[in-house]
Amino acid sequence: MSLLEVKNLTVEFQTASGPFRAVDGVSLKVDEGEVLAIVGESGSGKSVSMLAAMGLLPWTAKVTADVLTFNGRDMQAMSDSDRRKIIGKDIAMIFQEPIASLNPCFTVGYQIEEVLRIHTDLSRKARRDRAIELFQSVGIPNPEERLGHFPHQMSGGQCQRVMIATALACNPKLLIADEPTTALDVTIQKQILDLLMKLQAEHGMGLIIITHDMGVVAETADRVIVQYKGRQIEEADVLSLFSAPKSVYTKALLSALPENATGERLPTITEKLTDAEIFAGAVR
Amino acid sequence: MLRFIFGRLAVLIPTFLGVSLIAFSFIRLLPGDPVMLMSGERVMSPERHAELMNQLGLDRPMYIQYFDYLAGLLTGDFGSSIVTKRPVLDDFLQLFPATLELSLCAIIVAVALGIPAGVFAAVKRGTWFDQSIMGVALVGYSMPIFWWGLLLIIFFSGYLGWTPVSGRISLMYFFPQVTGFMLIDSLISGQAGAFKSALTYLILPTIVLATIPLAVIARQTRSAMLEVLGEDYVRTARAKGLSPFRVVGVHALRNAMIPVITTIGLQVGVLLAGAILTETIFSWPGIGKWMVDSVFKRDYAVVQGGLMLIAAVIMIVNLVVDLLYGWVNPRIRH
Repeated sequence: MSLLEVKNLTVEFQTASGPFRAVDGVSLKVDEGEVLAIVGESGSGKSVSMLAAMGLLPWTAKVTADVLTFNGRDMQAMSDSDRRKIIGKDIAMIFQEPIASLNPCFTVGYQIEEVLRIHTDLSRKARRDRAIELFQSVGIPNPEERLGHFPHQMSGGQCQRVMIATALACNPKLLIADEPTTALDVTIQKQILDLLMKLQAEHGMGLIIITHDMGVVAETADRVIVQYKGRQIEEADVLSLFSAPKSVYTKALLSALPENATGERLPTITEKLTDAEIFAGAVR
Repeated sequence: MLRFIFGRLAVLIPTFLGVSLIAFSFIRLLPGDPVMLMSGERVMSPERHAELMNQLGLDRPMYIQYFDYLAGLLTGDFGSSIVTKRPVLDDFLQLFPATLELSLCAIIVAVALGIPAGVFAAVKRGTWFDQSIMGVALVGYSMPIFWWGLLLIIFFSGYLGWTPVSGRISLMYFFPQVTGFMLIDSLISGQAGAFKSALTYLILPTIVLATIPLAVIARQTRSAMLEVLGEDYVRTARAKGLSPFRVVGVHALRNAMIPVITTIGLQVGVLLAGAILTETIFSWPGIGKWMVDSVFKRDYAVVQGGLMLIAAVIMIVNLVVDLLYGWVNPRIRH
């Protein structure tokens, strides 16, 4: 049984100019201990599909799926309060902008202990000890002192560590990392990725990394899903994707990487391929 | 934190000086002088007029009068009424509790109704609930106070007979002033029915005075809330599995309160200005009515002293708001 299973997920937003389909027929599976990367350009529906799976989209979004299960439980049939018992506890998510993702009005200690208060029976003292332990595990120095700090007193990398610590607070079975390194400096990116991979291995949890960075994919993922304009273009294990991409879009995407550049200008995908060609060449 | 407080206090000094200058000069810009108005219909010889002006010290050059006044202020002397000869500060302290009671009730009503209304309107954005709340708020904001007060009096007091027309408490009750707050004093007095009477007298003035602040607070809360609800940390809060009540009521509201607290602080000024009209409509014996009467009599000392004291109250409220602001928004504190 897969940890998370999604079949034919569709997300539509009601807009002034009629319904807009942001995700169209996406299917995926993640097992325990597996790292899945979802890769694609901006607007390819990577984040929206995961937010939809967690039930975090605003009410203006219409989400449908043939199958949407977590650990064998149907997330669509679940009441909102039952889903909230899973979200934050068994499925956790971290986001792109770590500083903006933390509430500026509360200390980071409050924000991490809040998850423990909601999802566990730990006493106040035990929650604090657990928070300190979590801060240590994500590499935040002076955890006792740091717990009393506000997000604006910390750097982006530190805030992302806080986000990761908060996400791991209840030992989740699945962690969804939505572009976890995009907003960070290159050196910090590497540290955060290494930390994520280390914690993933230690906890044996499933990890979905949403990214547009093929370097991140190569370094972390077991399996990769390529998305374009809300549709799934290709799914493959990471080695075959890089060595022998099957879809025309993935080939074009890889040839657009700076390290593969041959001429003065990088090739772009849209000048080579039309949408129809991309969708026709999808391999699933 | 102490530095923050002292910084704010230091700003008060030039503000206070500025207000004293404005208070002193504006009342003198009005045509007529207190001696002329005191004489009324009676004819007064120019000699007698000059003599009285000299007695009151009003014939001295303006800047000497101002510095004289300022020197008095520094020693806590706000002068005495030209008409009643009573010290301005004594009158103010006696009348201010009535205004404070009314203003406090009004701001409590405005905050207690305005914030939830704004929050619900934002959460239910675009629905009939949102549109009707904001429509009512716009009407409330646009309503002239004196007209709104008269409408309420005609309907509730005149037509339905539910509430009294004017005053603070029924003439049936009499008890000593302890705190100056009629609601509290009536409770202390232990007289049966006194508290209820004081409450019924307070209802209409409170509604009238609360209307504009209520509308402003509701609209400001809604727009602040809408902005905050789109923030990343609200998404994080939902991703933690928090209940919608906690997400909106704790994570979003705390941030949305930052601009709303500023608005509430600014409304205190509006409230005291509104109190002048409301007190006049309902014959509420507070400083608003006292100030209006003094302006008509050109009672310079009362008008300038009253203005200074009202300004002091507003400055204190603003200081409290600033401190609250620092408390709500840690980015200012740290």
